[in-house]
Amino acid sequence: MAELIPTIIAKYNYWIYITLMMIGLYAMIAKNNLVKKIVGMNIFQTAIILFYVSIGVKKGATIPISAGGHGAVHEAVHAADYLNPLPHVLMLTAIVVGVATLGVALALALRIYSRYNTLEEDEILAQIRKK
Amino acid sequence: MKIIGLIITIITGAFLVYAAADFPAWSDPNSPASTYLSPYFIENSMKDTSVPNFVTSLLADYRGFDTMFETTVIFTAGLVCFILLRISGRKEPETSHYRHVLTGVTVTLKEGRKIPASEDFERIDDLWTPPDLIIKTGCRLMIPFIQLFALYVIAHGHSSPGGGFQGGVILGASIILLAISHDLRTALERMREKVVAILCPVGVAIYAGTGTLCLLLGLNFLDYSALASVLHVDPIAARSHGILMVEIGVGIAVMTTMIWIYNNISSAGKYNQGL
Amino acid sequence: MFWQIDLAILTLVVVTAVGSLMVKDLLGAAILFGAYSFLMCLLWSIMGAVDVAFTEASVGAGVSSVFFVAAVFRTSRRTKD
Repeated sequence: MAELIPTIIAKYNYWIYITLMMIGLYAMIAKNNLVKKIVGMNIFQTAIILFYVSIGVKKGATIPISAGGHGAVHEAVHAADYLNPLPHVLMLTAIVVGVATLGVALALALRIYSRYNTLEEDEILAQIRKK
Repeated sequence: MKIIGLIITIITGAFLVYAAADFPAWSDPNSPASTYLSPYFIENSMKDTSVPNFVTSLLADYRGFDTMFETTVIFTAGLVCFILLRISGRKEPETSHYRHVLTGVTVTLKEGRKIPASEDFERIDDLWTPPDLIIKTGCRLMIPFIQLFALYVIAHGHSSPGGGFQGGVILGASIILLAISHDLRTALERMREKVVAILCPVGVAIYAGTGTLCLLLGLNFLDYSALASVLHVDPIAARSHGILMVEIGVGIAVMTTMIWIYNNISSAGKYNQGL
Repeated sequence: MFWQIDLAILTLVVVTAVGSLMVKDLLGAAILFGAYSFLMCLLWSIMGAVDVAFTEASVGAGVSSVFFVAAVFRTSRRTKD
């Protein structure tokens, strides 16, 4: 048990991202309102981005912009001094695609509202079953 | 449904916690994510492309294919919003409200009748609030500076955090600010619907066109060193300029998509009144 | 940086995420989601991902909140759930 505590503290970013992911997953399954489901989907997305960004951190490293600037083409660059830029690149794509998906989801919600006049899932299902 | 959701969530959480025992520790320089490809990118990015920001050179040069299809996805999302909301089957007759400026009397006209534009009557929305001088003037003064800052973010993405996406979103947000502080109709006069809808694929075409130009000049698709013969610089600087051209295309596409989605959502497709 | 800042921001992130799902007013949910987005941006800039934080600040706390408010404006504002 005594060696479990340093293990738990050493990996605390994973517990946080698991918590946020489960909050988002629960909201997508169990909430009744469509807008709350969309909010849950976005919480899920940002939790995944947090996971990817947190595996790119290195101890004692700085941000991934070369310290010399434009004139320093001939200086040696050590990979251990800079953070890992690969997860940042993938997550830039993920964020912007996420906002585009949010736009489509909200357009669908607006269409559903103009057809059924409600955004609650159980009322929509009751109206469909009555037809 | 809530109990099923709770059970599924707890089981999935337990699986993930069990799997997290194998992950590398926090901020370990020897973790597998940091040892295979990324040392090569960090050490050779300045030598190959002379761009200090590793993220920008990775995004637009080493992983340029990804970014091109991402821009296509953003354009497709804007197009889907437009198709879902703008084209509706039924034509309902609209009621429009006009307000006499001098006396404050509101006139409601049903069934699509209109008053031609004149000095005495102004068109108002369904939910009308009195015009606020501070908000209107403040936003009108701020919007050019916001756009200038967005252009700086796009152009300076080589050496500071920034790039095409961030600058494009800020540009789109400036037009959305105009639509919120004034009227949707004012923003539509500044940037018409056709201009927005045509500029969006133009942004994607700039990106793909740069790649095709490199293909036509003899090298691979999206290999920017082929632009050295067109721009009369050495191949390393040609890669830097190719990244800038591609970022401009991305910025235009993202800006117009944000404006397009906002216009369609806030007016539910009818384009007569907004937030 | 300091673990105190990390702990405070992580607690606030979970609080705003749960809060935006529990309130019965959809406009409040949209604004709390904007606050959650902004706190995630702070978390990433503490971890050193400046490009990602810049994008999340402009996209999440800016444009995404405006989309939510516009959609709530066009549909109903109260919810039972």
